[in-house]
Amino acid sequence: MWTTKTFLTKTKRGNVLKIVREHYLRDDLLCGSAACNFCPHKDDELVLEANPESLCGLFDSNHYLILDTNVVLHQIDVIEEDALKNVIILQTVLEEVKHQNTAIFQRLLEVIGNKKRKFFSFVNEHHKDTYVERNPGEKQNDRNDRAIRKAASWYASHLSIKNIDGQFPQIVLLTDDEKNRQLAHDEGILTCTVSDYIKNVNGYPGLSDKLSKNVIPESCSKDALYPAHLTPTQIHAGIRNGKLHQGTFHASRDNYLEGNATISGCEKSILLQGHIGINRAIDGDIVAIEILPQEEWSKPSDIVLEDKTEDPGDFLEEESQLLTISKADDDITPTGKVVGIIRRKWRQYCGILLPSKFPGATRHLFTPAEKRIPRVRIETRQSDILASQRILVALDSWPRNSRYPLGHFVRSLGPIGDKDAENEVILLEHDVPHARFSEAVLACLPPDNWTIPEEELARRVDLRATCVCSVDPPGCTDIDDALHARRAAAGYEVGVHIADVTHFVRPHSALDREAAARATTVYLVDKRIDMVPELLSSNLCSLRGGEERLAFSCIWILDENAHVLSTKFHKSVIKSRAAMTYEEAQMAIDETSRNDEIATSLRLLNKLAKKLKQRRLDNGALLLASPEIRFQVDSETHEPLDVQAKRIVDTNSMVEEFMLLANVSVAERIAADYPQSALLRRHPAPPPAHFNAFLKAASRQGFELDVSTNKSFSKSLNEAVIPERPFFNTLLRIMATRCMQQAVYFSSGSKTQEEFYHYGLACPIYTHFTSPIRRYADVVVHRLLAGSVGADATHAALLDTRAAQALCDNLNYRHRHAQLAARASVALNTHILFKNREEVESAVVLAVKRNALQVLIPKYGLEGPLYLPSDKFTYNEEENVQICNDIVFKTFDELTVRLTLDSSNLQHRKLVFQLVTPFIPGVSYVQQTKDDQMEVENVEIKTDEKKRKDLPETKNKKKKKSKT
Amino acid sequence: MPPPDLLSSQGLRLDGRRPNELRRIRCKLGVFTQPDGSAYLEQGNTKVLAAVYGPHQAAKSKSSVEGVVVNCQYSMATFSTGERKNRPRGDRKSQEMSLHLRQALTAAIKTELYPRSQIDIYIEVLQADGGAYCASVNAATLALVDAGVPLRAYACACSASMAWRGAQPEPLLDVGHVEEAAGGVVLTVASLPSTGSIALLELSHRLHSDYFEMVLSRAMQGCKDIEIVLDKAVREHLAEGWTKQDVVTI
Ligand SMILES: [Zn+2]
Repeated sequence: MWTTKTFLTKTKRGNVLKIVREHYLRDDLLCGSAACNFCPHKDDELVLEANPESLCGLFDSNHYLILDTNVVLHQIDVIEEDALKNVIILQTVLEEVKHQNTAIFQRLLEVIGNKKRKFFSFVNEHHKDTYVERNPGEKQNDRNDRAIRKAASWYASHLSIKNIDGQFPQIVLLTDDEKNRQLAHDEGILTCTVSDYIKNVNGYPGLSDKLSKNVIPESCSKDALYPAHLTPTQIHAGIRNGKLHQGTFHASRDNYLEGNATISGCEKSILLQGHIGINRAIDGDIVAIEILPQEEWSKPSDIVLEDKTEDPGDFLEEESQLLTISKADDDITPTGKVVGIIRRKWRQYCGILLPSKFPGATRHLFTPAEKRIPRVRIETRQSDILASQRILVALDSWPRNSRYPLGHFVRSLGPIGDKDAENEVILLEHDVPHARFSEAVLACLPPDNWTIPEEELARRVDLRATCVCSVDPPGCTDIDDALHARRAAAGYEVGVHIADVTHFVRPHSALDREAAARATTVYLVDKRIDMVPELLSSNLCSLRGGEERLAFSCIWILDENAHVLSTKFHKSVIKSRAAMTYEEAQMAIDETSRNDEIATSLRLLNKLAKKLKQRRLDNGALLLASPEIRFQVDSETHEPLDVQAKRIVDTNSMVEEFMLLANVSVAERIAADYPQSALLRRHPAPPPAHFNAFLKAASRQGFELDVSTNKSFSKSLNEAVIPERPFFNTLLRIMATRCMQQAVYFSSGSKTQEEFYHYGLACPIYTHFTSPIRRYADVVVHRLLAGSVGADATHAALLDTRAAQALCDNLNYRHRHAQLAARASVALNTHILFKNREEVESAVVLAVKRNALQVLIPKYGLEGPLYLPSDKFTYNEEENVQICNDIVFKTFDELTVRLTLDSSNLQHRKLVFQLVTPFIPGVSYVQQTKDDQMEVENVEIKTDEKKRKDLPETKNKKKKKSKT
Repeated sequence: MPPPDLLSSQGLRLDGRRPNELRRIRCKLGVFTQPDGSAYLEQGNTKVLAAVYGPHQAAKSKSSVEGVVVNCQYSMATFSTGERKNRPRGDRKSQEMSLHLRQALTAAIKTELYPRSQIDIYIEVLQADGGAYCASVNAATLALVDAGVPLRAYACACSASMAWRGAQPEPLLDVGHVEEAAGGVVLTVASLPSTGSIALLELSHRLHSDYFEMVLSRAMQGCKDIEIVLDKAVREHLAEGWTKQDVVTI
């Protein structure tokens, strides 16, 4: 059967096009039911049970469920619960869901893929008996509803073929659309609303908590607190005629009644204030904004404002008192109000329940951990249990008559304060995919006892006889690089051998897609979230000592001065002689009596690495520093025992130099072979303005730094030394690091050759090749290189510039969030460590702010604000100093501070820094008066973003070298 | 990261076909009376008219003692695509198509029978919805049969592309416009299926050699399927058509 679909569309240039598409209707599509006596099913094609047990009290007879699109979109949390089984997902629904919300679409696919759930996707749009044509004048939604009803009645009659009445499953259509229910009823289809159905399901307590609340239409003005949002058509028209603007809403962290919106093409962001001004926008939403006339413009308030602790009910308080506005100031910024929502960017939020004061109440408030998100009203009967837990909540809607948005409980993450629950919060809030690997992913793995097959050996260069060894931090289980060096006819042969992850992770497999989505392994203080399953990361891909492993090798011939004479790449088999720690390697080098192959090899590597490094520095590579801390973690309880700043061992740099060299060599090769789609990494030079404060502070210490190029910058940093203050130079480098921009992945087709430059490393081209176990970028680079040297097939996505750039965007996003998550984990552990402890430590001033000093404690690498009372101190903006009588605080000053933990807010515990010396009466902390608390603020442990070499030490600690 | 899903999880393509299925082909021989031979062919929504004049005496400049000179002109109607085409013929693309058509059809015609002659083949694409070249070759073959030009074999053309079903590569037969636009590689082959020889092979992008065999064999299978359809059309035309045409010409 053959038909066409005709529809009109608009081109970019605004021409109206008529599009005709073919649409084939088939008679060979199966219904997937075991109760069917008609379709020629094979056994594995039977998804739906012949006798599905009815769980719902409303329907006695057994039945299959059909869901409409809105049910899937709104109730995905219920659908994901195991309660619902034997469900038919129609293609009409699947496509509408895919079109409207890809995240929910993915979750639905996951459910369909789970064999236990017995979800069958029926291709009704291509079935000759269930396809319906759109009637003239009929809305698309109405047609789709009709298609769903058609499929439902087809199923009912199809299953009745050759079946005795009452012996085959019925069809129940779940829809919240009243009109649709009525029509279905008229057509003889059993139907029911979702909430009626779910509330009558037996045996799954708590299931109804997960129901999303019914959406009250925007047009309903009963008890409305907020003005109505404009409709999409009105917004569209408004934006086109310039009255409205589209922007992304960012809520303020400190003041819940304030936010701003960034508008493309507008330099200043638009200020939004008050309940009405914000009009139910939530952080991240894409909103339509109307800019107020200039005389109504306001300025950002500098007060901290938190929402009331108790539920005031549905009314909006008088705001004029809350927002202190003085119009006379020159800080006036463009101000506007939200008039419509273009797209909600809601996700699920972690937080804690604020139980209602009334016993037995089911309506409660939920406080999200993220301060930018307003409180949410949820309904649950389990408030007694949930009150002491971290919970996850999804937003449903924000009707005009509700002070708070409405949401529903998704799941509990564990007791407040529990390590696992807190880690879960960190992972969720930073959007780190951390679910267990799915069955489909695990099915891609080789067997546990996998060994290298003969034909694979034949295809590769056999380096098992070569003396290869690896050098890593102690306790490292995912070893992805190993080295060797020996004399060759002309100069030295040096090899870098990288775990051949792409041999196991094949393109387009479920494993590949999962790794691409995760993009990186995430390291928390006491936990590692792997990018690939453990069998690969810690075993088959890990280049362990004494085991035969597949590798991708990069072999150079270097001359006496470590100049590269030739480079070659090939896949190989290696057998590492030893997996050493940095200390062991250093000992082997230093022990002159050792003359075995490993020691000679290491000495040769060390010698060449020094020359490589010197040349790199001469070229202008920056040696930056960052305060990094390592925790000593109790191996059983995972509680942090102690914290100290990390020392960088000398031998790290030997391995690092060769990894850098390998990365550069590979980058040159793939950029030449894939001019449009090579995955590279660039580090843009920082704009000069970033240096202003830094240069001023340095010159006050008597050093004029030259930041015009990285070479001159590097040189002047080397010269800026104060002999009696050994930490000064490190501090300078820490602050220099803060001026840098983030290094990013990009596709070679999206930038010009000059933009490839890596500022920090001072090399014209760079990529990541050496850590494919824990970074997806390296996996892609491996594939590109393998294609380039003919070791493996390339595939279309590798050669597509657009796909490559989309991949890079995801990698950059995930890497940034992985860093933030790691930092949050450090903060969490710092808080645990300081729970019952106070310390007095020496500190240095990193920056002088209007009301505080930003201080760093070198011993711990901790950083935070030390607040100064404004009645005692005066801030000199010109000189950037804080003055109190004869005491002047400026950048680089050394002080002593007291460290304690403030746990008054369970969700936002903070480290408190208090001044001890120099002694200022009424400000400095005195041992006896403990209640003399100062204003406190959250501490961020700012480990540097670009030059991070290592993460806090943990049980399954992993090195991170050549991260640039 | 994977390219857009050309195959659903149920194994159906965007328009509802399975990977190895052709689009619907409808065709008719002898649609005009003026030319010596003519045919109309639809392959899905791609619709093509072909007309053949000759063999007749060749123009001096083109004349060859070796055999007949095949002259092709490919053009697209201004209304054949969604956006109106301003130049129906003579542009680079049409010229290239004309050359490619000539290559495929010359291979099919027993050229040695008509030295110093020429055959003119005119192709007009009425509607383009992917695979215009394939439809043109197939229509021209029918027109040549209608004109009574001796052929070695039917010349049939078909395209194939690559898609992924999970991690498994799956070649798609007879690529439509939507699938072409998705950006995958399109392999076009014109062949004489009954002899197994290939007259023309073209790739739109680079395709890795590992998959080449697979895609080519699917396209070749498509040519065989098309040959059956064409052959059936010719036989039906002959069975019912003779009498009618006699009436018209007399
Ligand atoms: Zn059936």
